[in-house]
Amino acid sequence: MTYNINEKGYYGTFGGAYIPEMLYPNVEELRQNYLKVMAEPDFQKEFNALLKDYVGRPSPLYFAKRLSETYHTKIYLKREDLNHTGAHKINNTIGQILMAKRLGKHRIIAETGAGQHGVATATVCALMGLECIVYMGEIDIARQAPNVARMKMLGATVVPAKSGSRTLKDATNEAIRDWINNPVNTHYIIGSVVGPHPYPDMVARFQAVVSEEIQWQLKEQENTTKPDYVVACVGGGSNAAGAYYHFLEDTDVKLIAVEAAGHGVESGESAATSVLGKEGIIHGSKTLLMQTQDGQITEPYSISAGLDYPGVGPMHAHLYKSDRAEFIAITDDDAMKAGLKLCKLEGIIPAIESSHALAIFEQKTFKPSDIVVVSLSGRGDKDLDTYIKYFDLS
Amino acid sequence: MNRINQKLKENKKLLSIYFTAGYPNLDDTVTIIKDLEKSGVDMIEIGLPFSDPLADGPTIQVSSAQALKNGMTTEALFKQLKDIRKSVKIPLIIMGYFNPILQFGVEAFCKTCADIGIDGLIIPDLPVDVYNDNYKAIFEKHGLINVFLITPQTSVERIHFIDSISKGFIYMVSSASVTGSSSGFGDEQTKYFKRIADMNLNNPQIIGFGISDNETFTTATKHAKGAIIGSAFIKHLTNESDKSISNFVKSIR
Repeated sequence: MTYNINEKGYYGTFGGAYIPEMLYPNVEELRQNYLKVMAEPDFQKEFNALLKDYVGRPSPLYFAKRLSETYHTKIYLKREDLNHTGAHKINNTIGQILMAKRLGKHRIIAETGAGQHGVATATVCALMGLECIVYMGEIDIARQAPNVARMKMLGATVVPAKSGSRTLKDATNEAIRDWINNPVNTHYIIGSVVGPHPYPDMVARFQAVVSEEIQWQLKEQENTTKPDYVVACVGGGSNAAGAYYHFLEDTDVKLIAVEAAGHGVESGESAATSVLGKEGIIHGSKTLLMQTQDGQITEPYSISAGLDYPGVGPMHAHLYKSDRAEFIAITDDDAMKAGLKLCKLEGIIPAIESSHALAIFEQKTFKPSDIVVVSLSGRGDKDLDTYIKYFDLS
Repeated sequence: MNRINQKLKENKKLLSIYFTAGYPNLDDTVTIIKDLEKSGVDMIEIGLPFSDPLADGPTIQVSSAQALKNGMTTEALFKQLKDIRKSVKIPLIIMGYFNPILQFGVEAFCKTCADIGIDGLIIPDLPVDVYNDNYKAIFEKHGLINVFLITPQTSVERIHFIDSISKGFIYMVSSASVTGSSSGFGDEQTKYFKRIADMNLNNPQIIGFGISDNETFTTATKHAKGAIIGSAFIKHLTNESDKSISNFVKSIR
C-alpha cells in the first residue's frame, strides 16, 4: 500500500478531478506542468530563498520541556507559528505564486475562511505585484475583521461570498466560479490539500518542507530522523500533510490526525469529518465529506474557523480508511484548555486550530521515551477575541 | 430509439428549457413540465437541486437553495415524475451535480430514470474521462444518453474525444462563464459557434449559457441545432407579474 498519490491523481480511492468542463483547461494545464515546474532548479532556488529570507525558515523544532514533564513524554513543537504571517499557510502561497508566474498568470484568486490563507495569499501577491481577489463568506467577514483589514492593507480585494451558508465552503464555490469566468489569465491559489487533482498533491509538496526540516532537526537533537509520532490538526489538512509528508511511507512513524469535535462528535455541531463524513464529491475531489443522506453538503461547526470545513483532503481520507493515521476528535472545550495550558507552561499562545492537536495529551498516553512531534501550525494572535470571550479575560 | 435522437432528427431548431425541480414550490415540477410541452418546447432539462452548484450563477443558486428548502430530494423528484410519461412525450433530461447521484447510487439512479422514461442526463461535474472509465456501461445498459459540455477553451483534440463518447448532442457552453451571465453575443461567440459548426462533428450541438431572449436564441441557433434557456426562465417564474409559461416561450421564438 502506498500513501502517496498515484499517476491518476488518487490516494487509494480518494481524489481525482471532478470538475465541470469549463475548468478542465486550467486544471489540465496545471496538472501537466506542476511537477515539471517544481523540479526546475530555478524554481527551487527562488522558492527556497523566499522560504528562508522572507518566511523565516527553517522554523524551529522546539523541545517543550515543561509540557514534556507534565505529560511524561518527549514533546517537540514544530513552530510554524513563527512563520511570516503567523502560520504554515505561507509555505503554500509562496510556492503557488511562483507557479502562477511561470504559467503566465497575472490575476490571483483565493478563498479564505478565518482569513489566514487570504492574508498569506494577499502577502505573496503584494510581494510579486500581482492582482489579488480573495473570496470570503459574508459571515466570516463580519467575525474576522482584523484579517479583512490586513488583506486590504496588502492591496487585495475582498469579495463577500453571499451564497449558501456564507462561510468557507461558499467562498470556495465563489472562487471556483470566478475561475470559470476567467479561464485564461487567472490562477486559483487553493489554501489546503483539497480541490481537484493536482491541488492536493501540489499543496502537500509545498508544505512538505515542514517534515523535511523535522527530519534533520530531530537528527541534530535526538540523533534520529524518525519521531515516534507526528501529531497535527486537520481541517482541510495542509499542515498535517506537510508534517506527515516525508513519513508517509515509513510506518515506524505513527501519524495522529486531530479533528475538531466542536460541541461533541454526536452533538450535531461538529467538524469531525472522518467520523461523520461519507464518501462523496466536494470542490472537485472525491473524499469524505459531511452531507445529508440525499448528498447535500452540510455545514460543520468548530470554535476554530480554520477547522470547520465539511470535507477533508483526499490524502487524509485515505490515511483514515487505511488506518495509516489515527484520527482523534477534540472538543472546543478541550482545545481551549490545551491552548491555555501551552501559554502557561511554554509561553506560547497557539492558534485554536493548533490547540486541538495539543489537547491529545489529555486523551492519549505516550511512553516516556516516545518522541512526539506536534505541528504548531499557527499563532494565536488572530484568536485573541475568541480566547478572551471563552475565558472571560477582559 | 431514444427520444432525444428522434427529436434531433426533426428539421427544426430546438428550444430546450431548464428549470429547477421543486421551484418555486415543491409540487410545481410536473405542472411546469406539462406547461412547457404544451407551449411547444422541444426538450426539458429538469434540474435536480444541489447545495453547492459550482457551475451556476446566482439565479440557479437561489432556485436550488429554495427547492431544497421546499423539501426537494432525489427520491421526491422521482416520486413526482413517476407517471410523467402518461402525458408528456418530449425528451426529458435530468441535470444535476454528481454527489447526490453518487449517494443515491449510480446504478439505482440510472435504473429509476429509465423506469420513469428519462432520456438523458447532464452532470457537469462528472468529467468525460471518469464517465468513460467507470460509468458508461451503466448508462448504456439503461439506454440513457449522457450529455457533455464543451467551452470556447476546449481544445480541438478534446472536442473530438467528447464527440466520440457522445450519443446525442453536445452541450456547447456559449462563453467562459457560469450560468445566467447574459449580455448578448458578440463577435467572439459568433466566431466560436461557427468554428464548431465547421468541425462537422457526429453529434449536433445545442448552445446553452447566456441564452435569454429571441435575439440570443436566434443568434445561437444560426450555427447550432438548438439552444437551452435556464436562468432567464427561472427569472420569469420568479419575477414577472405574468408568469405564463406559454407567453415566455412565445417571446423566444
